[in-house]
Amino acid sequence: MTTTTATHRGFWYRHPGLRLGGLLTAPMAWLVVVYLGSLAALFLTAFYQVDDFTGQVVRSFSLKNFQNLFTTSAYYQSVFRTISIAVLVTILCLVIAVPLAFFMARVAPRNWRPVMVALVLTPLWASYLVKVYAWRSMLQPETGVIAWFLKPLGLGGPGYGYLGIVITLTYLWLPYMILPVYAGLTRLPDSMLDASADLGAHSGRTFRSIVIPMIFPSVVAGSIFTFSLSLGDYITAQIVGGKVTMLGNVVQQTYVTNLPFAAAVATLPVIIILLYLLAVRKTGALENV
Amino acid sequence: MNTAIRVRDLRRTFGTVVAVDGVDLDVVDGEFLTLLGPSGSGKTTVLRMIAGFERPDAGSIELDGVDVTNAPPYARDVNTVFQDYALFPHMTVLENIEYGLRVKKVPKAERRARAMEALEGVRLAELGDRAPSQLSGGQRQRVALARALVNRPKVLLLDEPLGALDLKLREQMQVELKAIQRDVGITFVFVTHDQDEALTMSDRIAVFNDGRIVQLGTPAEIYEFPASEFVAGFVGTSNLLRDETARAVLGNAGTWSIRPEKIRIAAPGASASAGERAVAGTVREVIYVGMSTRMVIDLAPGGTLVAVEQNSGRHADQRLAMRGENVTLLWNTEHEYSVN
Repeated sequence: MTTTTATHRGFWYRHPGLRLGGLLTAPMAWLVVVYLGSLAALFLTAFYQVDDFTGQVVRSFSLKNFQNLFTTSAYYQSVFRTISIAVLVTILCLVIAVPLAFFMARVAPRNWRPVMVALVLTPLWASYLVKVYAWRSMLQPETGVIAWFLKPLGLGGPGYGYLGIVITLTYLWLPYMILPVYAGLTRLPDSMLDASADLGAHSGRTFRSIVIPMIFPSVVAGSIFTFSLSLGDYITAQIVGGKVTMLGNVVQQTYVTNLPFAAAVATLPVIIILLYLLAVRKTGALENV
Repeated sequence: MNTAIRVRDLRRTFGTVVAVDGVDLDVVDGEFLTLLGPSGSGKTTVLRMIAGFERPDAGSIELDGVDVTNAPPYARDVNTVFQDYALFPHMTVLENIEYGLRVKKVPKAERRARAMEALEGVRLAELGDRAPSQLSGGQRQRVALARALVNRPKVLLLDEPLGALDLKLREQMQVELKAIQRDVGITFVFVTHDQDEALTMSDRIAVFNDGRIVQLGTPAEIYEFPASEFVAGFVGTSNLLRDETARAVLGNAGTWSIRPEKIRIAAPGASASAGERAVAGTVREVIYVGMSTRMVIDLAPGGTLVAVEQNSGRHADQRLAMRGENVTLLWNTEHEYSVN
């Protein structure tokens, strides 16, 4: 008996390394060049200067931009303001999203779920600008819907400013919190809740000791979205912020005249997000996601 | 004897499906009672209603003489071992076991001591600091058992707890569970669809079908004297002779059950001794299953019976050659059991 070897086909089968290379080259090139490359350029530029006389970028290394950022009160105030807005938005999203997601995932009849998920997603289909302008008209002092509602109670509306930004951003990023929390809650096996009740815990205790720790990774995932999206936003601040500025507005105001300074300002949110991710990693919430 | 659980006329419907259709049950203090039945027969729903996870549409449940029909799970002195174990993944093994005691505000020192004792009871003393995900299936099973038993419940409910284990481990856990039950003296109510498991472990078995208990008795009673055709078929090999066939073979109409191990296979033409019946037949199929050989035999008057022969000889596999041969089946007429 003779053995013949089938060699005329299956080149890619016999060279798995080449196959993998072929598949990954294009996306890896995109990731490295476009994404990491531009990020590196941003970091480098943050340490450059502008020649006051010619307005040209001078490629000499210094920390002046960061010094400027942390010694000029208008700038460092907007840093803290931006962080506080991002934190507030995240907390508000959490407070609204957890009960809502809990209702969607565990209380409402199972066949309502797709409808409710679609309803949560609907705002994402509308243009960002349309939604922000809608809030602008609702927040309008004296004549806006919110002011009109609060008038009989003897209250004025939030108007344009810090609170207006927080409310609008909370509305904008809420779906990004609801969806991961909802997904986390649907993955929670019924038997976990039964087991907790079986071991003597009433509903409140079960929620505190079982549900919250088990959906914590989902909450963290959602908070990464709401926190980082808020941190980088500037259009909302422009439209409903009145005189209040966020970091993004500082970048927008300075990048034409002083590109290195704008780069330094833009670097801050990146660093803050990295620190946030590191802190989150410490809690173990990023494992098994 | 005290009654640990008294269930009266329990009913539960899911949509249009009647899951539990009037169940009465008295569980004796300290016994190992198994609820046995095919899936969808209502056994798990009854267990979940005793635990308090489902509310009955009608009927009542008493635990130790107290009506708990409307009490939430956390107010009932029972604990459950779940089919998927339901160990909390964000807690260590020891924290899992301590959870029930922590919720009940047992002081920390006592809590720790009792949890360690429970862990030693299931022979996992050195694994207390592990996460549940680091344990094997059999170890998780034992942690779930310790987590329930540490609370010293009046009754332990077990919902197919061995279903996810492989055969060897399952058989080992059956023996172990039975030993633990004997040691702690707690009433066990055990749900399974596995008839071997039920026969192996139980003091009594309640056989479920279509939301009702169709027979309640000791394993031997259930096996030797099945109350209906369903029980005869579900527990043990279905070996039934019906109507016309029964009249031709046994001289009596109706449905009759003969357990396979009661039947002897003899050479063609062998005659029956006193009290025995001899029926001619042809071997249709021979199945070698290691410990024994199963033979499917078509009877000459009609009908088919399964007979089991122990493989006590050295060359039991020679029986495989018997396919197609004529034989005579012999059995004692007292083993003909009517299941009408």
